[in-house]
Amino acid sequence: MAQAQIPIQSMPPMPPEMPKAWKWYDYFTFNIDHKVIGIQYLVTAFVFYLIGGLMALVMRAELSTPDPDVLDPELYNALLTNHGTIMIFMWIVPAAIGGFGNYLVPLMIGARDMAFPRLNALAFWMVPPAALLLIGSFFFGGAQSGWTAYPPLSEITANTAQSMWILAIVLVGTSSILGAVNFVVTIMKMRVPSMSWDEIPLFCWAMFATSLLALFSTPVLAAGLVLLFFDINFGTAFFKPEEGGDVVLYQHLFWFYSHPAVYLMILPIFGIMSEVIPVHARKPIFGYKAIAYSSMAICFVGLFVWVHHMFTSGTPGWMRLFFTISTLIVAVPTGVKIFSWVATLWGGKIRYTSAMLFAIGLLAMFVFGGLSGVTLGTSSFDIHVHDTYYVVAHFHYVLFGGSVFGIYAGIYHWFPKITGRMYNEPLGIVHFVMTFIGTNLTFLPMHSLGLHGMPRRVAMYDPQFQTLNQLCTFGAFLLGASILPFFINMVWSWINGPEATSNPWNGLTLEWTTDSPPIVENWETLPTVTSGPYEYGMGKTLPYLGINGAEVAEESATS
Amino acid sequence: MIDSAQTNELIASSDDAHGLSDHEHHDFRVFGLLTFLFSESLMFGGFFATFLVLRGAAAQWPPEETEVELLLPAINTIILVSSSFVIHLGDDAIKKNDVKGMRLWYAVTALMGVVFLGGQLYEYLTLGYGLQTNLFANCFYLTTGFHGLHVLVGVFLILGVLWRSRREGHYSDTQHVGIEMAEIYWHFVDIIWIILFTLIYILALL
Repeated sequence: MAQAQIPIQSMPPMPPEMPKAWKWYDYFTFNIDHKVIGIQYLVTAFVFYLIGGLMALVMRAELSTPDPDVLDPELYNALLTNHGTIMIFMWIVPAAIGGFGNYLVPLMIGARDMAFPRLNALAFWMVPPAALLLIGSFFFGGAQSGWTAYPPLSEITANTAQSMWILAIVLVGTSSILGAVNFVVTIMKMRVPSMSWDEIPLFCWAMFATSLLALFSTPVLAAGLVLLFFDINFGTAFFKPEEGGDVVLYQHLFWFYSHPAVYLMILPIFGIMSEVIPVHARKPIFGYKAIAYSSMAICFVGLFVWVHHMFTSGTPGWMRLFFTISTLIVAVPTGVKIFSWVATLWGGKIRYTSAMLFAIGLLAMFVFGGLSGVTLGTSSFDIHVHDTYYVVAHFHYVLFGGSVFGIYAGIYHWFPKITGRMYNEPLGIVHFVMTFIGTNLTFLPMHSLGLHGMPRRVAMYDPQFQTLNQLCTFGAFLLGASILPFFINMVWSWINGPEATSNPWNGLTLEWTTDSPPIVENWETLPTVTSGPYEYGMGKTLPYLGINGAEVAEESATS
Repeated sequence: MIDSAQTNELIASSDDAHGLSDHEHHDFRVFGLLTFLFSESLMFGGFFATFLVLRGAAAQWPPEETEVELLLPAINTIILVSSSFVIHLGDDAIKKNDVKGMRLWYAVTALMGVVFLGGQLYEYLTLGYGLQTNLFANCFYLTTGFHGLHVLVGVFLILGVLWRSRREGHYSDTQHVGIEMAEIYWHFVDIIWIILFTLIYILALL
């Protein structure tokens, strides 16, 4: 490769000297420090989590009675569309990939920053305008066609709002591609030289797989959305059957991205799981290589399963067969991960911190959602429950019980590192209990609703479904209330919490070798890797020679 | 901060970046660009797939009133493909520290790019149908237009290189990543055109 030979002189002139620490207002600027960008992503995403959550609560209020008496049905449609869009593109993707990815990857591989810090900042600053476009679209009625924006509905309803929606998604998609370029180059090229591929923390493996997947699939969605934009605004007919266009074509282009998008939302979370579980179980991770390679396997197989969203779109039999099989194959690498985590927990000296509780909760919830996923991936079953609440139940188990639990676990786990303070453990446990009960109250009854035939995306429904819907609504408000202990905990602890040491959990990955919060360029002297990142309970001391990490001693050998 | 002699020594000791802050490691921009272009090519992939699917479903493609011209695009193709060789001459020149030669070849490339765009525009104006005429016209204008946009970006990249090279010592045989990146991008645009030309013009003959 040519770039390896290019000497150092070709870099742009040195930026001005970095300050020792950032001021609060630095977090509102075009800052190129990966840690600042990570926090920017996390906080921005959390704001949109609240907005998207409020939308869900309003919808659940509407659904507590069979008649459309709370909202205008068109507003309901706009809410369901933007709830999905915001939760996916403005909360989980930016929080899991942008937030944790940017904050942790350089720290975990011993780099001072990402490979392209300015590009990184640019990618983040595409998110707020996209968010404004989405919010602004409500002044034009809001996009009505669901987060999938299938034509013809997306071409005949709320044209202005739908166009704004498209622009917003193309913006976050571009941001996601630029971020992915950065992650791929950073993970491949920026590791400390003493770190080999099989010593990379599993979170970084997961981010690597995630980024490859984003590079593959996001541009195809962009292509589909550009075509849709042209259909709406410039009189083309790509998706207009009456002029020879093809609506199913849109579905292919859309799902070629949007199924892998599911893995974009869960692979980084799997990475978080693989970090949180061994640290708090005080055991080496079971099957490091199996977990690492299963991320790559999910990335690969995940590119060939998209038609399972389209089993009822006039899909021919051979396609149903092929995509049923490929979909079920995804369960294998996923199962490898699940069993590896269970085996890691087995016989461990488990500390039930809030992070660990959420990780174990995730394990349960994700297995549940995964099982309903296996049923949905089977075309013969899917055809009967397509577009019912069964689907809604499934993807909320994997996205809320999976991704959101994982983000919570990650926030608790790295809160001391990010803020330099400890959070309040009892409040964290209250948060977990409320979230866990709320999740199951909200989404478990939806399976039954769906199997009994209640369609999704409706503001009014048959009165026979009322009792279960009220249960869902109750659970949703419990989930809404569960934000309070979390929010209070985070804000209060960030300001007043007891100061955290550099390694409060006795973790062995590199981010624990620097201060909490890390100094601006991460380390005075870069650490040296002398052993793997998960060798817990083997009497190892923190195996790094970094100046800041040397003071930390690992507990003596156990288990 | 480490002085640059030490820095070079450190870098020479390993293939990968390490031990250095972000402005002191190897230059990964070419690798980053390749990664990005890989992704970008899949956006064209989406358009090409659309084109092929719609073509497969149509009774006649292109329909009678919207046939494509062949001579002008063929000339245009020759211009664009040769420009890829011309820009490489510029790359060769800068590797011999010949900034003047590089400027000449890059200027010629930019000119060829502009001629290509002019030809494209002329084709648009003389075809006799527009974006909205029918499904084929939709595809034709969208894909060629999107590619044309990339050619335009490429021309601007080259102009950027030319603008920067006016300063003595900005580029040299050891320091010319920007030149290399513009060249890679130009080749990318060229490859996409070859596929596009095959799909739209050659397949129309069959």
